[in-house]
Amino acid sequence: MHIVVCLKQVLDPEITPKYFKIDPDTNRPENSDTDLVLDSFAENALELAIQLRDKVPGATVTALCLGDEESEEVLRRALAFTANAAVRVWDEEWENLDGQAVGHILAQTITSLGGAQLVLTGYQASDIEEGLVGPVMAEELGIPCVTLVSELEVEENSAKATVEVEGGYAVVSVPTPAVFTIISSETNVPRLPKVKDIRLARSKPINLLESEDLNLDRECCQPGVKLERAYLLNREVACEVLPGDDGAELASELADRLLALKIL
Amino acid sequence: MTRILVFANQQGDSLSSGAKEALAFGRRLASSTGGEVRSVTLGPFAEAGAREAIASGASIAYTISNPLLAEYDVELFVNSIHTVFEQSGADILILSFDKIGKDLVGRLATRAGASAITEVVDYTANSDKVSWIRPIYGDKAFGEYSTTRQKVVVGIRQKSQDVNVPVETSKGEIIEVDYAPSEEMIVTKLVVKIQAALSDISLEDARIIISGGRGLGGPEGFTELQVLANLLGGTVGASRAACDAGWVPSNLQVGQTGAVVAPDLYIAVGISGASQHLAGITNAKTVVAINTDPEAPIFKRANIGVVADYKSVIQALTEKLKKVLV
Repeated sequence: MHIVVCLKQVLDPEITPKYFKIDPDTNRPENSDTDLVLDSFAENALELAIQLRDKVPGATVTALCLGDEESEEVLRRALAFTANAAVRVWDEEWENLDGQAVGHILAQTITSLGGAQLVLTGYQASDIEEGLVGPVMAEELGIPCVTLVSELEVEENSAKATVEVEGGYAVVSVPTPAVFTIISSETNVPRLPKVKDIRLARSKPINLLESEDLNLDRECCQPGVKLERAYLLNREVACEVLPGDDGAELASELADRLLALKIL
Repeated sequence: MTRILVFANQQGDSLSSGAKEALAFGRRLASSTGGEVRSVTLGPFAEAGAREAIASGASIAYTISNPLLAEYDVELFVNSIHTVFEQSGADILILSFDKIGKDLVGRLATRAGASAITEVVDYTANSDKVSWIRPIYGDKAFGEYSTTRQKVVVGIRQKSQDVNVPVETSKGEIIEVDYAPSEEMIVTKLVVKIQAALSDISLEDARIIISGGRGLGGPEGFTELQVLANLLGGTVGASRAACDAGWVPSNLQVGQTGAVVAPDLYIAVGISGASQHLAGITNAKTVVAINTDPEAPIFKRANIGVVADYKSVIQALTEKLKKVLV
């Protein structure tokens, strides 16, 4: 069984807002002093992929990332998680790709890798937060997609996924191959890689694919949306911190405030 | 003239809150662009939904009244909505980016050769050119987007729109679309559906939410929050950290990937305020933060802050409010 997990490198989303700035020329964040990290839901997907691989004899995990050389960091992290192979796909001409273009390129990359029984990806990356790549890949590959998946069990030709639905959650069964977009849960909390695996990951190969290696549709590689302008949003409100440190007095003061505001 | 099609999803025989927001957005957009709004409803109660959509501003309401569409199925819904999108000749398809919308937008856009834009909260319109506005980078910034294809599928962020008051006397035409989804199209089979919540009030509809985070230190603290929530007629939510720790079920998660909420009062207890969580409470009216760390990011969003251990505050707050309210 071949499992492909699609990863994305993002600006650390927990950057303090006061250090977050947009470059007006590029409409992108000024990230010179900020860490780039593996997207958090992608990391949940990676963890789940490794767990599934370990349950199925002979299964392999390929970590796939669309990005420039810098993004090899996230593939090294995947190798430290004991992913079997790492593939980076990139073309210098690609810029400002949107979720649809990324979905097309990743789908074609997966096809060129010989396909996969399971394709896992984070439900939404924490930078642009489009949530499109999984469903677009599925549509491109002509296979089912299950979104907002917290747990996954595989059987011979199908998979059972626990998914979030309105008002609760559900377990659904889909034939494989299929795409799954992963959210965090108590069962896919990313592991801490072993020092030995981190060291081994440094020397493992990363296979580079370029656009000429893939059967791409030029039109589909063009973004469907274009960011014309980005601007900061100041959501900070003037927080009135209640004075004192006695819990009971603070509670009494808080109750009075809420009643005075007629919220209660 | 811009032709706008809104997918008006239903819960039972009435429109979902997301559908009402999508219709309100569509109608506002139509008034700016000189266009008209049409709607599509699916399932055995499609006609009731169509009448509701007309009362909310749709001039033509397409229906596919097939019983197979009673329960949401991704393949059937993509096929059905795509058929109506083609038939209506609309340039813009609007959906709520709720849990169903998250399944549908990317697939519908790809199938229709349209641009896709999600988490939209607003737009600007000049003559026929529309730019879409959405938060980016965990709500730290806004982005204004243009689209490059003739058609566009737009996902509206939940709880970002004021809904219209329906006008029952509105006139519109209901058109039953000649399209029959078949059982063979269904590939995703539902095994079991679980309505799991600590109370009967859904997070999305709650007027008062008391949420707990990692600062509660364990699942026991949620019992105290539940007592207070019951007293106030509210419900309990949680941060991703508390759900990931297994203290409460994941469907209590408030945030971008959990429930997007807009209560009158949101009390964040022991929640530091990760960007993902803050994005889910953007439209909360009054936010109270109770946290031992005065530097926690939640205080940047809160209207009232209490720097203290929650254990000393929640119980006293419950006792005091019991005296006043009961």
